[in-house]
Amino acid sequence: MTARVGVVTFPGSLDDGDAARAVRVAGGEAVRLWHGDADLHGVDAVVLPGGFSYGDYLRTGAIARFAPVMESIIDGARGGLPVLGICNGFQILCEAHLLPGALTRNSHLHFRNRDQWLRVHAASTAWTNSFEADQEILVPLKSGEGRYVADAATLDELAATGRIVATYLRGNPNGSERDIAGVTNEAGNVVGLMPHPEHAIEALTGPSLDGLGFFTSILKHLAGAPA
Amino acid sequence: MARVVVDVMLKPEILDPQGQAVANALPRLGISDVSSVRIGRRIEIEFTGAADPERVREIADKLLANPVIEDFVIQEVDEPAAVPAGDPS
Repeated sequence: MTARVGVVTFPGSLDDGDAARAVRVAGGEAVRLWHGDADLHGVDAVVLPGGFSYGDYLRTGAIARFAPVMESIIDGARGGLPVLGICNGFQILCEAHLLPGALTRNSHLHFRNRDQWLRVHAASTAWTNSFEADQEILVPLKSGEGRYVADAATLDELAATGRIVATYLRGNPNGSERDIAGVTNEAGNVVGLMPHPEHAIEALTGPSLDGLGFFTSILKHLAGAPA
Repeated sequence: MARVVVDVMLKPEILDPQGQAVANALPRLGISDVSSVRIGRRIEIEFTGAADPERVREIADKLLANPVIEDFVIQEVDEPAAVPAGDPS
């Protein structure tokens, strides 16, 4: 049976279309979810896409975290539902306390838009199992509030427990603590990533095909998961 | 009708690049004796009745501030909304 991966649309989401397309290109069925509908329609995993939900009012992700769909996603994630938050989705996952830390204004104050090299460290999560440990990948980055911060104890714990999913290579684009581009929760089902793998799945439009690995990973994870 | 003011500030250990940018612009105004600027947010809330301190605290803690990076201070005020400084009326 084809895995069904939900992609949420909030007011102000931008990359929901590309995220749904990436799910399809990887071989899954993309199911569009609406922020105001708490029903997850039986999906096997969820992607929170990039964009500027609720206009980034107050703080990025702060208002989206209280959307009806998020209540169901937060409950699901605590029970093991795989969730990938990309860019604004990562910010929402931090605001929802499904991931530690927070994302703040880039240290140089500029919006950063470029193709970015990353190193994938945690290759055992639901969203990264198609990668080799320490694999270097190239995906677009486009964010103004991408600087990952957390207190030193949290950063030490993330490093010690292998929960830093990816770090920036060849230059830190936003001042993120310890060059962090993505982290995962203890169970490895929730992953947040600041750069955009869904924009690197086809040669015509992306700098590489490296981003597809996140979407093939979840399908592989679901195929191996007990029903 | 109760009015409550919530001030939200980045924790001291969190870098505030906006504040730094403002501090760096001050010499252009001829001001050279400022060592630090930090920028926060002031939120004014009006309740239809009395303000329950516990609920105000919940609003501030859950939505207005992100306790991972920000601190907040709650103040109940009685005076009407402030007239902007410099307003001749």
